[in-house]
Amino acid sequence: MREELITSGRMNPGIDPVLHGWHWPIPFYLFVGGLAAGLLFFAAYKVLFGKEKDFPTAVMIGPFVALAAIVMGLMALIYDLHHPLYAWQLFTTIRIESPMSWGAWTLMIVSIVNAVWIFTYLKKIFPDFNLKQNFLRKVISNFIEEKQSEGKLNWDWKYKFLRDFESFLIKNRKALAWLMMILSIILGVYTGILLSAFNARPLWNTALLGPLFLTSGFSTGAAMLMILSKTHLEKIAFSKIDVLLIIIELFFITHMFMGYLAGSEVKAEAAHYFMGGEFTVTFWVNVIILGLVVPLALETMELLNVKIPVIIPGLLILWGGMMFRFIMVDAGQVIRYLY
Amino acid sequence: MRYGMAIDTRKCVGCSDCVVACQTENSIPHGYTRDWISETVEGMYPNLALEIRSERCNHCDDTPCVRTCPTGSSHIIEGGIVKVTHEECIGCGACIESCPYDARYFHPEGYVDKCTFCDHRVKNGQDPACVSVCPTHCMYFGDLDDPNSEISKVVAKNKVKVLAPEAGTKPQIFYLV
Ligand code: SF4
Ligand code: SF4
Repeated sequence: MREELITSGRMNPGIDPVLHGWHWPIPFYLFVGGLAAGLLFFAAYKVLFGKEKDFPTAVMIGPFVALAAIVMGLMALIYDLHHPLYAWQLFTTIRIESPMSWGAWTLMIVSIVNAVWIFTYLKKIFPDFNLKQNFLRKVISNFIEEKQSEGKLNWDWKYKFLRDFESFLIKNRKALAWLMMILSIILGVYTGILLSAFNARPLWNTALLGPLFLTSGFSTGAAMLMILSKTHLEKIAFSKIDVLLIIIELFFITHMFMGYLAGSEVKAEAAHYFMGGEFTVTFWVNVIILGLVVPLALETMELLNVKIPVIIPGLLILWGGMMFRFIMVDAGQVIRYLY
Repeated sequence: MRYGMAIDTRKCVGCSDCVVACQTENSIPHGYTRDWISETVEGMYPNLALEIRSERCNHCDDTPCVRTCPTGSSHIIEGGIVKVTHEECIGCGACIESCPYDARYFHPEGYVDKCTFCDHRVKNGQDPACVSVCPTHCMYFGDLDDPNSEISKVVAKNKVKVLAPEAGTKPQIFYLV
């Protein structure tokens, strides 16, 4: 038996368990970061392996969603700062030891490469410049000029440097794809490392969190592409990838808990929060059953030619991925060293 | 020079004078503090052991809070005191998550705040506010590097422990048990 009484006038996450240092923006940021990592990875991968023609959604639409996700993630991150007006200070230094610092930089670089990627496909995605007369059109027409039809494409960049930049990038698309693929892996691993770098939180402090969040992020990316794609070929391809990723994820999760149970007292304590303790139901229902096992079953059935609307497993995977991060961030702050 | 503290858990009565002294000295806003009292009771009735501790930032030797700070706002000054430059802190909370002792909190003005060992008093040769008000004289403050300082002698002579040594931060507050 052990009882603890604390006297203090203090609002502190350790003392008032309802108060946490990190609220919803951080898990949300980790979720969209992982999602973007997955989307960018598949876009780059398909280009590198010459599948550009068959996978238009992955190559051209995915990166749009990824950029939107990254921007939302950055906004959430800045919103979570208690001093958002000082946010620029993140970009005046690089501190290798601080996961926050290299996360901010990674996100910054990834979003630039992501935007450049989209730039190279703009003519393919929007061959027809037919915006109504409005504010947006005025802004855009500063950069482009319309041409009388020449095939389907009816516009070009107004400035030579934009045209040169574009053709330079298209010529070196493979190199760009390599860069984006590597960055997407860094981004995916980073979403786990942000948490696992904290020795002080026994639940987070496991080397498996990086690969686990990477897999989970890629799986949400594949799920998103499954939902967005229009052709059967693409849907099935990402279904298959997701089946594989879910199996790897289940394997990692099992290993993670085995590691906790075999670990020191605090680690074992952390595992018990998920096996009988406070987070058992939320975790098992949302992450394992709804987020992994059910979609795995549905997609396997689909691959066996049972008709299943992909939106169901797709949304379940996204839901599971998001809940996983919310639960991990929340639980990590509850589970602490005992003394 | 290495500042540290020794706190005699056998003498501490848990009066919270140190908590109030700190709040007054450092104008801590209502609802927050940099130090607190923790009472642990262990065992089964009737074999109970009570320990009362005054806790605060341990001004660790191996500081995860400084390492994870993205802006360099958390830093270490002369004597090993861990401080936060309020003007540089963006309030990201990374340091709060890094500290196994939950010694840091978000100040309502948007930066992170924590115990400073009252470095403004220490500079003038005074003790930190908490140490100076303790009615049972259970706290000792001084230079751990100097073998002749009172604190070094107290730590050498008594059985001491630090909190959660397994967290690996090398805390510099010693509890006499
Ligand atoms: S007790 Fe916490 S805040 Fe203080 S130095 Fe150690 S890790 Fe940093
Ligand atoms: S909250 Fe402030 S002191 Fe703490 S890590 Fe972030 S910038 Fe550094």
